[in-house]
Amino acid sequence: MEYKKILFTGVGGQGTLLASRLLGQAAMKAGMDVRVSEVHGMAQRGGVVESTVMLGGLKSPIISKGQADILVGFEPLETLRALERCSKKSVVITNKNPIVPITVKLGQFEYPDMDTWFGFMKENFRRFCALDADALAKEAGTSKAVNIVLLGVLIALKEIPIDRETVLETIKTEVKPKFVEPNIKAFELGYENAKC
Amino acid sequence: MHPLLSGKSGEKLLLLGNEAIVRGALEAGAAVAAAYPGTPSSEIANNLFFISNEENSPIYFEFSTNEKVAMEVAASAAAAGVRSLTCMKHVGMNVASDVLMTLAYVGVKGGMVIVTADDPSMHSSQNEQDNRIYARFSNLPMLEPTSPQEAKDMTIRAFEISEELELPVILRTTTRTSHVRGPVELGPLPENVKRVGKFEKNPRRWVPVPAVARIRHKVLLEQAEKAQKLAEASDFNVVIGKGEFGIVASGVSACYVEDALMELGIEEKVRFLRLGFPFPYPKRLLSEFLKGIRKVLVVEELEPFLEDEIKVLLKDLGLSMEVYGKGTGDFSRMYEFDPQMVKRAISRFLNVELVEEEMPDLSNLPPLPLRPPTLCTGCPHRETYNAVKEALKEIGEEERAIYPTDIGCYTLGLLPPIQMADYLLCMGSSVGSSAGFSVSTDQKIVSFIGDSTFFHSGISSLANAFHNKHKFCLVVLDNSTTAMTGHQPNPGIEITPPGYDHPRIPIEDVVRGLGIKEVYKINPYKKKSAVETLKEALSKDELTVVISEAPCILYYKKFGGKK
Ligand SMILES: Cc1ncc(C[n+]2csc(CCOP(=O)(O)OP(=O)(O)O)c2C)c(N)n1
Ligand code: SF4
Repeated sequence: MEYKKILFTGVGGQGTLLASRLLGQAAMKAGMDVRVSEVHGMAQRGGVVESTVMLGGLKSPIISKGQADILVGFEPLETLRALERCSKKSVVITNKNPIVPITVKLGQFEYPDMDTWFGFMKENFRRFCALDADALAKEAGTSKAVNIVLLGVLIALKEIPIDRETVLETIKTEVKPKFVEPNIKAFELGYENAKC
Repeated sequence: MHPLLSGKSGEKLLLLGNEAIVRGALEAGAAVAAAYPGTPSSEIANNLFFISNEENSPIYFEFSTNEKVAMEVAASAAAAGVRSLTCMKHVGMNVASDVLMTLAYVGVKGGMVIVTADDPSMHSSQNEQDNRIYARFSNLPMLEPTSPQEAKDMTIRAFEISEELELPVILRTTTRTSHVRGPVELGPLPENVKRVGKFEKNPRRWVPVPAVARIRHKVLLEQAEKAQKLAEASDFNVVIGKGEFGIVASGVSACYVEDALMELGIEEKVRFLRLGFPFPYPKRLLSEFLKGIRKVLVVEELEPFLEDEIKVLLKDLGLSMEVYGKGTGDFSRMYEFDPQMVKRAISRFLNVELVEEEMPDLSNLPPLPLRPPTLCTGCPHRETYNAVKEALKEIGEEERAIYPTDIGCYTLGLLPPIQMADYLLCMGSSVGSSAGFSVSTDQKIVSFIGDSTFFHSGISSLANAFHNKHKFCLVVLDNSTTAMTGHQPNPGIEITPPGYDHPRIPIEDVVRGLGIKEVYKINPYKKKSAVETLKEALSKDELTVVISEAPCILYYKKFGGKK
């Protein structure tokens, strides 16, 4: 199989680690070799949290500049920050709902004008997909499921050989029972709303 | 049951490197483990903690008050013939190093594994020291995994080697090998774990007075020679591929090399020595390798641990050959590597073309807002800082005061708008450094320490401060947990995880027990009375201790209701 380097980025608390772990588990279920790298510790306190899923037998746990095949941004500013890890061949998926950092609230920085940059992304990458994952998560019944909505989008784009059923099965076995239903709904909503 | 305990032989799980180490220890029949948490090692201790709480758990585990104590607990268990493990972050090894250096002399009976998790690039640390040097310093064997599967396999092997040599064995990971998940095939768990050992008295071995230590040093060096033979023959040290150019790497760097060779399509054209058992240096293996090639590239993060040895070996062999690596500027001694960096170095070294991906032009990106980690909304530390700030303002000392601090969530008080962290060295340094400032300045000194850090390394410095009449105000941020590393218990906690029935040691009792009279307590959420109390404490011209008691809100949400 082809190698795929998938980068997840978001803000502490958004569940990037769960998303990458579920994808890793689904990959294993699908019979693939996989590496998932996670960030623990300091950065989790509201900082940037990145994780990667490497498919197809790659051994390296991290992704260098220009090397991500797929970027999944859980927050628009973090998507923007991670663009340097992409090349023109990359697929970029992003949530549109911002989480304004403290440095903006304190007036040290300005939050970039994302509409302009979404336009840039649309023009510069092989595929680009933006949606309000927070709204879809709420619709699914839990605002926490932003990560699962985006996982749905990722699978819908069919860029990796992991199908919808395998991920749904993984969600059923790996997520706490009381969260299974809203998470499945969140996944389906992401899957249906993936357009690019 | 805990998945690392219930997992069946033959089953494949997607495990974190740290989880794989735990499973390895269980498969090897380790019966005692002790640790103080620290990123990137914490998940080893956390999982052992939960496993040890299971009914009929095969292993005893404790969160010890610091790494030195933890290593002593594991060492003596191993002296009694029981397999034991301790794990720590790289700087934890500094704390435990006094134990380590002499433990190497007296050795062990049961297998003992010491896990050190290094943090190149300092993702969650105050330095990026290379703990491979501790292997050389102590003359202890060291293994270095590249994947979770290897982390498990090596842990098991480390116990065997340890028993064979009667020496503890170091298992060295880095953030990237501790915090990577990969498929791990489980092996069988032993049916009977040797939980009860017998300590055979032998003062001429276990009591290193000078006459004994002189003998034991000799024994250590003899055992190190045997360890070298094991390294020479180890399956963890392998040569892959052929060709007249060679590459040497270990740990996560070896992953980058393997991927680069594959992506460049030159796996067959270069000879790659992958060292999973790098110390004692397998000199014969290295020599044979070097004799078969014309030049060599050494890929290793941080210090030139392998590179320098290779240079020495080349000299001994009378070979002249270019050694590419840190010496040639191909790699830095700072920070972690990334795959592309290694791929580029290899393409230069072998003179093969590397096609770089076309990247979009990002030169118009505005400066992106930083997103530093922050204290959680409602965190009690923030309230304490604000109350101290207010009290100092009211007594007119806010501008001049020095704030020595310590390590924990509260170190984030460094950032605006709080900005009350002025000096920090290591865990416990708040108290010791306050003593130095108190004799060298006439500024008011207000220092901060967390409850876990207080027990880790604050108590002896506080005894020092009182006895030597140092004048400062120590604010103990008692949030009833070790928050920064994932909410582990410590001796002072009032809110406990379910089933945790250890006796509590209130910090106030400890401070008063030292003889300190000026001890105050505040609730940081009751700002007005907190400020009044602080004003009184801060006006004193002597050592005062203010204990600010309020649980970490995340921890409270987890366990607060379930006492
Ligand atoms: C020698 C050493 N061991 C472990 C660590 C990792 N570490 C950093 S902060 C911390 C504990 C902090 O707990 P506490 O003092 O209670 O503060 P809190 O995070 O709860 O605010 C630990 C274990 C370290 N930096 N140095
Ligand atoms: S984890 Fe607890 S102590 Fe740490 S910042 Fe959050 S509330 Fe504060």
